[in-house]
This record gives sequence, structure tokens and C-alpha cells, in this order.
Amino acid sequence: MSYRQLSQEERQELGREQRSYLWGLGLSLLLTLLPFGLAAFTDMAHLTLWWIIGACALVQIVVHLRFFLHITLARNKREDLQLILFTVLILTLLCGGTLWILFDLYQRMMPNMMP
Amino acid sequence: MSRTITRHPGLNLGPAHDDDATDVREELVFGFWVFMMSDLIIFGMLFATYVTMLGATAGGPTPHDVLDIRPAFTETMLLLASSFTFGMASLALKYRQGRRHLVGWLLVTLVLGLAFVGHELHEFVSMFHAGYVPSRSGYLSSFFSLVPLHGLHVTFASLWLIAILFQIAVYGIDSQVKNGLLRLAILWHFLDIVWIGIFSLVYLGGAA
Amino acid sequence: MTVTEILFGRLGWDALPFWHMLQNPTFKSVINDLIASGAGLMVVLGALVVVAGVSWLGKWGYLWREWLTSPDHKRIGIMFIVIALVMLARAIVEAVFMRAQQAVGLNGGFLTAEHFGQLFTTHGTIMVFFMGMPFLTGVINYVMPLQIGARDLSFPVLNLVSLGLTAAGAALVMVSLVLEPFSTGGWTGYAPFTELSYNPGAGVDYWIWAVSLSTFSSTLSGINFAVTIYKKRAPGMTLFRMPLFTWTALCTAILMIFGMPPLTVATGLLALDRYLDFHMFTTDLGGNMMNYVNLFWAFGHPEVYILILPAFGVFSEVFATFSGKRLYGYTVLVMATICIAVLSFTVWLHHFFTMGQSANVNAAFGIATMLIGIPTGVKVYDWMLTMYRGRVRMSVPMIYAVGFILLFVLGGMSGVILATPSVDYQVHNSLFLVAHFHNMLIPGVLFGMLAAVNYWFPKAFGFRLEERWGRRAAWLWILGFMLAFFPLYVLGMMGMPRRSVSFTNPAYLPWTVIAGIGALVALAALACLLLQLWVSVRDRDHNRVFAGDPWDGRSLEWATSAPPPEYNFPVIPEIYGRDAFMLEKDGGTPFQAPTQYQDIVMPANSAMGVIIGAAGFAAAFALTWYMWWLVVLSAVVMIGAAIARGFVRTTHYVISADEVRRTHEYWLREVEATTPIRRSQEQSGANRGRAVPPVEGAVQ
Repeated sequence: MSYRQLSQEERQELGREQRSYLWGLGLSLLLTLLPFGLAAFTDMAHLTLWWIIGACALVQIVVHLRFFLHITLARNKREDLQLILFTVLILTLLCGGTLWILFDLYQRMMPNMMP
Repeated sequence: MSRTITRHPGLNLGPAHDDDATDVREELVFGFWVFMMSDLIIFGMLFATYVTMLGATAGGPTPHDVLDIRPAFTETMLLLASSFTFGMASLALKYRQGRRHLVGWLLVTLVLGLAFVGHELHEFVSMFHAGYVPSRSGYLSSFFSLVPLHGLHVTFASLWLIAILFQIAVYGIDSQVKNGLLRLAILWHFLDIVWIGIFSLVYLGGAA
Repeated sequence: MTVTEILFGRLGWDALPFWHMLQNPTFKSVINDLIASGAGLMVVLGALVVVAGVSWLGKWGYLWREWLTSPDHKRIGIMFIVIALVMLARAIVEAVFMRAQQAVGLNGGFLTAEHFGQLFTTHGTIMVFFMGMPFLTGVINYVMPLQIGARDLSFPVLNLVSLGLTAAGAALVMVSLVLEPFSTGGWTGYAPFTELSYNPGAGVDYWIWAVSLSTFSSTLSGINFAVTIYKKRAPGMTLFRMPLFTWTALCTAILMIFGMPPLTVATGLLALDRYLDFHMFTTDLGGNMMNYVNLFWAFGHPEVYILILPAFGVFSEVFATFSGKRLYGYTVLVMATICIAVLSFTVWLHHFFTMGQSANVNAAFGIATMLIGIPTGVKVYDWMLTMYRGRVRMSVPMIYAVGFILLFVLGGMSGVILATPSVDYQVHNSLFLVAHFHNMLIPGVLFGMLAAVNYWFPKAFGFRLEERWGRRAAWLWILGFMLAFFPLYVLGMMGMPRRSVSFTNPAYLPWTVIAGIGALVALAALACLLLQLWVSVRDRDHNRVFAGDPWDGRSLEWATSAPPPEYNFPVIPEIYGRDAFMLEKDGGTPFQAPTQYQDIVMPANSAMGVIIGAAGFAAAFALTWYMWWLVVLSAVVMIGAAIARGFVRTTHYVISADEVRRTHEYWLREVEATTPIRRSQEQSGANRGRAVPPVEGAVQ
């Protein structure tokens, strides 16, 4: 690759993309520090804490997809997004089904396996 | 927000990098993304199985005993930082900022990745010393089938990164090196996403 | 540890199939070991004959350059199908032995329980992973790129790796005949029976690694197919202009991508249990075998549709072509295919209704199971309406197709019965279930793939298959299937458990005898199939169809020579509608010479498939027998090969425009010189691969 000078437009673009990565980093940091901090330093009720942890994780996944993997809604090709949504569907079916089946079994037959 | 026409997931290099291999690149990166989705199902099933094994402590240590969020926090920071530095490397590639720039960011990423793996190994060793071994209980088995698999992925990604660095040394930044970096970037960011699941569900969820 | 132990792990003389007979000669052990040794001898002899034959013909170089390292999707497809046929032959013979055992199984029989267990395990494992999967992968590999107007798959070298991994898994199952034993855990390998504490031998490990190799191969194939269909369609070939076979290939590929991982998890965790003393599925220390069942069937049910969907695609092509009509209800068929693909992820619990979950859970999965019957029924009606008012030619693929419809509907009915949890409680784990799934898979997968072979063989090899022996084979398959499996419905209702080596109820006997005869008929069908191949190869000059369109085909693959050139199409065609080739023939513009030829870039040969396949086989074999040095060595070879591949820069070569023009113009001249024939003549020697153009206004 030959090194050559960037055009004005490319320089602006570079700045924009750098800022985008910085946004990603900042948001991720925030969404990591919040649940870690709450878990380490507060005495919150378990259920509330779990909800916050789960919500932060979901948002952070979206942040990563958006800022690091550049999956966006405004695309000329939607295949990647469709693929992710389909994967999420299958994951929900398989994981949700697994939990439903197994915990139903535990409840009926193996109460000692309940966490 | 990038105005580059996006042809595949991850950072797109844009028209400045177009060559004979552009169509190939689109297929390669898209194909790799599909592979990641397949891999995600593996992690998903392991996560679900892990949750079903939370109670399978067999009178041994419980999640609360086993899990320590301090090493997990360090690992999280290392991985997040490496994701960011890989992003900088991708930008260095896209905006043709020269080989030194690119290799520099990649080396930083590699060091962070290896530090993650080392730190995780250290964590496992101290768990072993405390008697938290997979053969102790179903719960510990499920922990050691899930978390080290992610570590193994990071190890292979680091190996791949080293191989690409050598490719750069031999061939310069040619089309195949670019294709490799684009895919590796996807793997790297993907592993970070899986790690979000691990620290949230396994460490924070279990230790809380 | 002695040197022998380090070198060979736990592999010792007792792994030889005749060892037990020599140590402890009783009547039964001699019989069983003779059978096992005969099987082992067949494997050794088969390998020797192949090696000697290739050496005698001096074809090693040819084999290496033109086949083993060739990234051409057509060659790879054919090699997949060869693996499938070899494995089919073995698994059919095993089925005959099992049926023979049960035919004389009242209070005994001639097989030991151990031997019988290995037979049903290898039979199932082979039929699913090393017959069904390679067969459909091979057919998709061959046909799909031709149908969408592509030159190759998206990742030709990855395709070679897929082939290598499947071959390695198949070889591992074959080797287990020489160095025994194989698993007795059934094709599902349920824990905890397959755990180390109950099954300390090498058998389960053979099974784990053979299945894992096949799983990796199929996942990679799935990715390859899906990306190819998404990214490499010819201009104008929108998704809803794709031939139906390609649609089913796409849905199968997606199922492979998302359906295989749960199996990887299940076998991987089982391996961790067995090798590293984990407690995922053990009976002690918190292990939970129900997780294994859940994971296995989360794969197992999508797998059923991976197997069946390509067959649906084949039959759709066959019905349309041999009825001389457009496929009826194309859009609905596509929708039905997609519905089946998605629904297949919602029904896996029906494989273990009796595990103990509450009625609500069972009901939900039972209803979802019955829902799948709707899109499948829609398909059956579409196929029948495709035949309706068509001029149906009962060629060999069509016999398979009609047989399929009749039998598959019956199997589907028994499926709906089984989908009712309360009924399932009565017949689960009985031969009723065995009858049901053979009733789906034999007419579905086997008939589908054999129809595909008969249908596309002339395209692949340039000559038609002989019809007479083909018909005999088809009818015998249908008859053999009915004789072998309808009695099993009755036996199941009478309460005979599946996988029984013997039984004490004399009322079973007549039915097991009939089933045994059915198995012999199926064996005769296999013989007819081989004879058909032999006769066809012998008489190939009478049946040449170089012009490439022997059946008056509708989709793009018929628009090339038979066999097609390596690059498939001299110029990538423009597509203006469904049934692209028929449109051209309708418009009177098939066989056009392009105004301009261009250089064609094709992928270069690669040894990656052979290297990864060989190393994968070595790793699996070494893991099975605890030869740790070989495990490490083959892992290093695999990783080293992958890294080295990254340094290869000459991954393509160029075919000059001149050569393309010469080849194409030669073919066009030959087509010109070929007398077109009417459809009614297509089974005669006059069929040289060119059809009379469709008549204006005729019902097509």
C-alpha cells in the first residue's frame, strides 16, 4: 500500500470515524463500570441488580455492534442485520426453550438442582 | 458516521482500496460473519447449559464462593481496550496511515490480548489451587466449559494476529493482508461481545 | 509407562476383531468374530484394491491433480457422493444383519448383544452423518452453482476442507471395523450410558470424533453454500427466480449453520466428561444427563430437515421436468420451505416427551410439531398439481418421486400420531418409532438422492444412466422398504422395543421374518443400483448426451455441455425470469455464442483438503486410542497448514479467452449437429442431449 496524502474529505471522514470509535469506547466503559460498581460497592436487592446488569449488557452489545462492528439500520445492504436478527431469533428459541424445559424438569423431579 | 458504501459487516475500507479482490473481500468478510453467528450459537447453548447447572454444586463450592469479580474486571478492561485499539488499527489501514502506524496499533492490540489470556490463566490457576476444579461438581464443569472456550478463542485470534503481522513483514499490506485484518477485526469485536455475556451473566450475575 | 504404551496408547492386540474368538472360543463368539473379521477384511481389501488399482493404472498424479486437490465444485460434489455411496453400501449390509438377527431372534439369534449394539450404532451414525449428509452436500455442491449461474462456490478451498473432514470421519468409522470396538450407544450416544464409567472402551470415543469431524464439515459447507447463494447469483437471478432446488439448498445451508453447533456442544461436553473428568452428564457430582438429551435434539431436529429439504428440492425439479410443466405454486413452495426451516427449531422436545417435563411443555412442542405438517402438506399438493394435466413421463427419477409422495405421506401421518404426547407415551422407544423415521428418511432422503443421481448423472458424466436396471432398482427400493418397515409399525404397536437383540414373544416372529425379507429386497435394490452403474458405464457410448439437455430441462444447469467445462459458463448469463433455460428455449435463443470472450480467473489447486483431512483423521484416531504425541503432532500440522495457507499468494490461475472460445464453439458446433428429439424419445438411444424446442401454444 503506497502511503499518500489524504484529501480534505477523507480527513474529515477519518475524524468522524475516530470520534465514533471513541464514543463506542466511552459508552462501553460507562455500561461496564455501572454494573461492576453496583455489584461491588452497593447492597442492592438481587433482583433489581440483575435487571440492571442484564439491561446494561444488552445495551452494550448494541453499542459494540453499532460502533465497533458498524452494523446500522441505514444500510444499502441489510443482509448483515437480517442475519443478526435471525440469529437472535434462533438463540432465543434454543436458549429459552432449554431453560424452560430444564427448569420445568427440575421443578417436577430434581428440586436440588434449582440454584 | 461513515459515508462509505457498506458491503459487508465491520469496517469497510471504501473505494480507495478497491482492486480485483473487492468482490472476494465482500464474500470473505460476509462469510466470516456467518461463521461468527454459527459460533454464537455454540456460546449461546453453553450459556444456557451453564444456567441450568448453577444449582449442580453437589455440596461443593457455590457460584458465590467461586466467582471473584476483581480479576473479571481487569480482564474486561483489557479486552475493551484491545477492541478499541483494533478499531484504531482498522482506521490506520483504511486511511493509509502507513505501515508503522498500523503495525503499532496491532502490536498494542496483541499485547492487550495476550495480557487478557495471561490474566485469565492466572485466575484459573488460583481457582485450581483453591480446589475449584471441574471434576469437583457439575457447576464447576459448566463454568470451565464456557469461560475457557472464550479464552481459547482469544488465544487463536492472537495467533492469527501474529501470523498476519508476519504476512505484513513478508508481503507488505497487500490485498490478502487487508482481507485477513478485516476478518480478524470482526472476530476480535465479536469475542468482546461474548465477553459482555460472560462478565454479566457468569461473574456479575453469580457474584451478586 | 512403556514405550509401546506411549506410542500406541491403549491400542493393543485385543482391538483386532478376531482376538476374542481366539481367547475364548465359544460357538457364539466364533460366529460373531467371524462376521466382524469378515467386515474388517472387506475394509482392508477394499483399501488395497483401490491403492493397487490406482497404482496399476498409473493414475496417482491424475487423482491428485484432477480430484483430490481440485477446487472445482463439480469434482468435490462427485467425491462427496462417492463417499456417500460407499457408506450406504456398508450401512445397508449392517441393516440386513440386524434384520436377519431379529428374524431368528426368538429367544436368541446368532449375534451377541454387544455386536448388535455396534451394528445399530454404526448403521444410524453412517446413514445420518456419512450417507445422508455427504450425499446431499455432494448434490448441492454439484448442482447449485450451475443453477444460479456461478463459476464456483464462494470458498473453493474451504469446500476441499469440508470434503477432507467428512472423508476423515468416514475413514474413522471404517477403521473401527479393523480396530474394534465402535460405540454401542446408538446414533444418539445418550449419556450417561456413553460416559466413561459405563463405557470405558474406545467405542464411544470413535463415535464422538467421527461425528465431530462430520459436524465441522457440515457447518463449513453450510456457510459456503449460504454465502454462495447470497453473493454469487448471476445478474438478474433474484431470490424468487432461483430454481426450487437452490431454495432448498439455501434453507438447508442455514439449518446447517445454526443447527450443527448444539451437536458440537453436546459431543464436546461429552468428550470433556470422558477425557478431563468433567461432570456435565455424569450420574454423580451434579452431572445432568438431561442436558445432553436437550442439546442433542436441539441439533437433531433441524438435522432431520437438513436431510429432507434438499430431497424436496430434487423432487420439485423432477416433477416439473418430467411433467413438462412449470412447477405449480412456486412461491408457496418457497414459503413452505422457509416455514419448515424456521419451525424446525421449535420442535426438538418431541424426541423426549417422556423425560418428565410437565404436560404444558409437551403440549407446546407437540402443537409446534403438528404445525410443520401444514407446510409439508402444502408441498405435497403442489407436487401433485404440478403433475396434474402434465404429460408425465415415468422415468427413473419420476418413479422415485411418485413412490416418495405415497410413502412420505404415510410416514407423515405416523409422525402426526407420534406428535401427540399421550400417544407417544405408549409407543416411544418402540419399533413404531423406528418405522416412522425410516418411513420419512428412506422415501425422503434416499429416494430423493437416488432420483438426483439419475436426474443429474448425464449432466455430470456426459452419458445417461441405463433405464432398465434403474427401474428395477427403484421398484425394489420401494418394495423392499415397504416389506422391511411396515411390519415394524405392527411390532411397535405390539410393544416390541427398538434396538432389541432378541425377544421372547413368539407373536413377533412372523413380522420380524417379513421385515427380514424386506431387508433382503433392499439389498437386491442396492445390487441393481450397482449393476445400473456398471451397465451404464459399459454402454456409455450409446448414451452420450454431450449437448447437455437430455430431459428438456428448465433451469440453467441444462444450458451447458455435459459434462460442463470447469468454469461452467463461458460468459455469466443474464437471467430474465424463472426457469431460465426454458425461457431461452421458448424465445428460440438457446445455445448462443457470446459476442466477446474474456479471460476467466479460476481458483488454483490446493492440498489443504488433503492435509486437514489427513491430520483430522490422525487427531481423531489418536484421541480415540490415547496416543497423545500424535494428537499434538496433528494439531500442529493443522494449525501450521492454516497459517501457511495465509502466506500463499498464487491462489488463482487464468484460462485464456481463446481457450474458452475454442471450447465453447466446439460445443456449439456439436449441439448444431445433434438431432433434437421429442420428449417421448428421451429414453431411446436417439437422445443425444438436445430437445425439440417447445411448440408455440402447447401445454408445457
